[in-house]
Parts: sequence; structure tokens; C-alpha cells
Amino acid sequence: MLKAIYNWIDERIDITPIWRDVADHEVPEHVNPAHHFSAFVYCFGGLTFFITVIQILSGMFLTMYYVPDINNAYASVDYLQHKVAFGSIVRGMHHWGASLVIVMMFLHTLRVFFTGSYKSPREMNWLVGIGIFAIMLGLGFTGYLLPWDNKAYFATKVGIQIAASVPFIGEYIQTFLQGGEPVGAQTITRFFALHVFFLPAALLALLGAHFFLIRKQGISGPL
Amino acid sequence: MVSMPLLWSIRFAVDPLLQPKQSADWVKVIEEKDVSETPVSVKFKVHVVDGWYEHDPELEAWIAKDEDGKVYALSPTCKHLGCRVEWNGDPNRFPELFFCPCHEARYTKKGKNLAVAPEPLDQYEVKVDNGWVYLGGVHPNRLVK
Repeated sequence: MLKAIYNWIDERIDITPIWRDVADHEVPEHVNPAHHFSAFVYCFGGLTFFITVIQILSGMFLTMYYVPDINNAYASVDYLQHKVAFGSIVRGMHHWGASLVIVMMFLHTLRVFFTGSYKSPREMNWLVGIGIFAIMLGLGFTGYLLPWDNKAYFATKVGIQIAASVPFIGEYIQTFLQGGEPVGAQTITRFFALHVFFLPAALLALLGAHFFLIRKQGISGPL
Repeated sequence: MVSMPLLWSIRFAVDPLLQPKQSADWVKVIEEKDVSETPVSVKFKVHVVDGWYEHDPELEAWIAKDEDGKVYALSPTCKHLGCRVEWNGDPNRFPELFFCPCHEARYTKKGKNLAVAPEPLDQYEVKVDNGWVYLGGVHPNRLVK
């Protein structure tokens, strides 16, 4: 049945070469943990992506209950965590995954650094990776405010003050992040917008570039 | 690998489908001896738990006794377009009827629709206990046909 549907589509628009280009490619022996166990260090990039997919999925589901508003944010998080089935699981995935994605990304960065994979001709992909790193930190920072508890609020206040200490433009960064005075109603809505629309869109674009470049240039050779 | 997280998330998303239907609480509204064959309006508050938002909206009912002395209560929401109907609302033209000022819908004392409205007025669940009248949920009119 599925085969018939696939063939029907394939006859018309010839999709086999497309998905072969995307999914079907050789993995060199020196990055395959089945051949050399120590090659597990080459898995951290893929693990980062896997956790990112989990973050996007769990985040989409969380917005079914969450409200980005100073009166309702905490109450809606409390409700989805304690009253909705699997609420603590779904929010837990998003909460712990957020830390894990940073850890995996950091390990991936270390692997790339110590295998010298950033060297010519892969400098561009290192820079794209730096961009992904920055966006991930931005996602962590903006997401941290959303539960609107004391920890979230004051962590954001401190974070914005740090941003405000940037020479010359600090004050403008602060106003942009805060939306108004004080950290409050206007802050939580823009942090929500950044967290669920702008930063993920930028992240997906950079991930696309990251994967395009690695496929174009191939995985760096053995040490 | 993504399938388990996806299953948990889907269970999370469909949770409202699997919640038991909430039945309305009984609210004590008026003493039975104050109810006559002429409908009287009573206002009462119900407690609504809407997810993380709890509030106490005020509802209204028209309460009267039928010819057998049995207490019934009608919803004041017009079945035409949802305005508020009033007993004897236009005593000159339509005496002794429920009247809706928006489009002149009329109903009998038991809520039977006479003009404009397509259905009779909805009815509250009624319970009389120890001389007091209690109201519950709203359902379609069963007094008239």
C-alpha cells in the first residue's frame, strides 16, 4: 500500500534522487562507533540535533496551554505541569533538554576543535556553528523568563543588566530586550515572540546551512 | 527515537478530550415559599474552573410554579439571537408573556416559543430541598412541546 503510494508519487515527480541526496550517504569508518568505539565523539553533533528536534516538538505542545502574560503565565505553567496528563513529562523534556542541548553542543564544539575540523576548507562551517551557539544561548535566555516565577524574573533582570553594560549600545540593547520599564508585561511578550518565532526561525536557517556545508565538504578525515 | 516523546506530547495535547464532563453544582437561589405562579427573576453566582482561570459569573433564572405547584426555572437567554428575555417585558402589547426587546420574540409562561424564536426557552435543573430551591445545569425545555 505505502509502496504503491510512493511509486505513484515517484512516477510523477521523481522524488527518489532527492531523498537519496538527503539521506543516503557513506559514513566514513573513522567516525563510526561500531568500528572504533572512541569515534562516539563524532556523535555529539547529531545528538545536539536530536535534542533540538525534541525541543521543537515539546515546545510546540507546551504552547497549547502556556500564556505569555504576567497574570496568567505562572498559573498556566502550574496548570499544565500539575493538572494535565504528561504535563510534567512534556515540560520536563523541554526544561532538561534545554540544558542538555547546550552540553551536547559544547561537546560537539570541543570535538571539532580538538580534531582540527574547523581548519581549511571548513572555516565557514565553524562560523555558522558559532552563530548556532549564539542562537541556542539566546533561546535559553528568552525561555528562562517564560515560567514567570521569581527565579525566572530576577535571572532575566540580571541578564538584561549585563547586556546593558555593553559600551555605547548597552542602553539600547536593554530597551530592546525589556520593551518597557520595568521588566514586566512588555518584556514577557517579546521574550515569548523571540523564543518561539524569531530565534527558532534563525536556528533552522543556520542548521540548514550547517548541514548543507557538511554534506558539500564531507566529514573531515581521520587524525 | 522521537516517537516516544511524540506520544507523550500527543497524550498531553488531547488531555481535554479525556477529561470527565463537569456537572454543574447545585446553587441555592430562593425559598420555595417566595415562588408563585408568576415568574420571578433570581440572580445567582456559579463557580467556574476554566483551566488556570477560576471565576464566578452571575447567572439569571426565571422561576415559577406550574399548575401542580411544581417549581421550574427558565433561562433568560432568548433562543433567537441570545438577548435577555423579561417576563411581562411589554405589558401593553404582549401581556403575561416572556418578551425579548431585540426582535420582539415571545414565549409563554412555560417558555414555549410563540413568535420569532425557533425553540422554547432552555430550562434549569431544579431541586427543592428543605424549603429552598436549588438550580443546576441548563438543558433544552421539556415542559412544552
